[in-house]
Amino acid sequence: MRYIDHHAHMVSRTTDDYQQLALTGCVAVTEPAFWAGWDRSCGDSVEDYFRQLTEFEPRRAAQHGIQHYTWLAINPKEADDRNLSRDVLTRIPKFLDRPTVLGIGEIGMNRITRNEIATYTEQVELAIEHHQLILIHTPHLEDKLKGTRISVDVLRRYREIDPGRVLIDHAEEHTIEMILEHGFWAGLTLYPQTKISPQRAVDVIEKYGPERICVAGACDWGPSDPIAVPRFALEMRRRRHSDALIERVVFENPVRFLSQSPKFKVTASGAPEPARVG
Amino acid sequence: MKTHAPGCPLTGPQIVDEYFIENRTRLLEIAAFLDRLDRVDADCAVQDFRMQVFRDAVDALGTPGDRLNRIQMLLSDPTPEPLERLDRKSAMGAFDRHSKEARS
Repeated sequence: MRYIDHHAHMVSRTTDDYQQLALTGCVAVTEPAFWAGWDRSCGDSVEDYFRQLTEFEPRRAAQHGIQHYTWLAINPKEADDRNLSRDVLTRIPKFLDRPTVLGIGEIGMNRITRNEIATYTEQVELAIEHHQLILIHTPHLEDKLKGTRISVDVLRRYREIDPGRVLIDHAEEHTIEMILEHGFWAGLTLYPQTKISPQRAVDVIEKYGPERICVAGACDWGPSDPIAVPRFALEMRRRRHSDALIERVVFENPVRFLSQSPKFKVTASGAPEPARVG
Repeated sequence: MKTHAPGCPLTGPQIVDEYFIENRTRLLEIAAFLDRLDRVDADCAVQDFRMQVFRDAVDALGTPGDRLNRIQMLLSDPTPEPLERLDRKSAMGAFDRHSKEARS
């Protein structure tokens, strides 16, 4: 089985995790810009992180035959800091031409403050201005419903946005309909505790079908599983779903969404070549 | 919306055969959690807003049909308005309905 993990925070994972990804058939990962677990003190710190995402991490992935792509943003956990956010937004454009940058992400809200919404809106406008794909983080736990509603409402204000170029991630049962019904892609991120399990993700596929749905491990420095996508595939097999349907969800769907960026080089038929950067 | 939904290929008895044991385990874990809290602090089991929602969610399991969505809604913040300022970094797993009502 070959698969793509469209949401993997590999800077926080070990080389052993890259090995696990490679051994289980992962051909590409895309890494959204993320919170470090503590707040960064300045824009320079975030810019170093962007260099790590665009220069160092693709090389590390390539050693395991995996293509590495990235998304750039001020992440939702720091988006309430308007000074830091404004600074970072001025720094993002100079990275957008780099060969592995697919778009703006992950943007969105954390606790859903007015400041977070302002930063989110500015990042949506940045993506529009530079014709970038958008990857959206939806908030955790009790905040997910409200945060997803507001995220969708902001996007729908912009006629320039093609919903087919936006993936709204961390969807769950109570948010997926509002995402799909407006034409956006939905991401199901498989977490041991705080998001959706492989079993529930398969339930979603059984209920809504595979159209415009991707699954990801979203592995990071917290409790998470770098090979969550193969576990999803195993759950699909456990229920006797066809290999074709599994391949559709874990490989063909992400290829379809991500190939809207000309920089994404994995094709449905061709063997991937790891991006070698720097 | 539900275009080409494949459904579950398993039969009812196959689903029970395949999933009963792991869900029996989960059920016992919940029972053990509630008993543990009762032993340690029965007042907390009644007063903590998360546990109040938890009890409502356990009750919701007893009514057939769309249990998961109903429980997701019980746990979610139903208010439409954003926060004026950041109160904390992380979500807590359940919405404190009484606290919000007290403030409004």
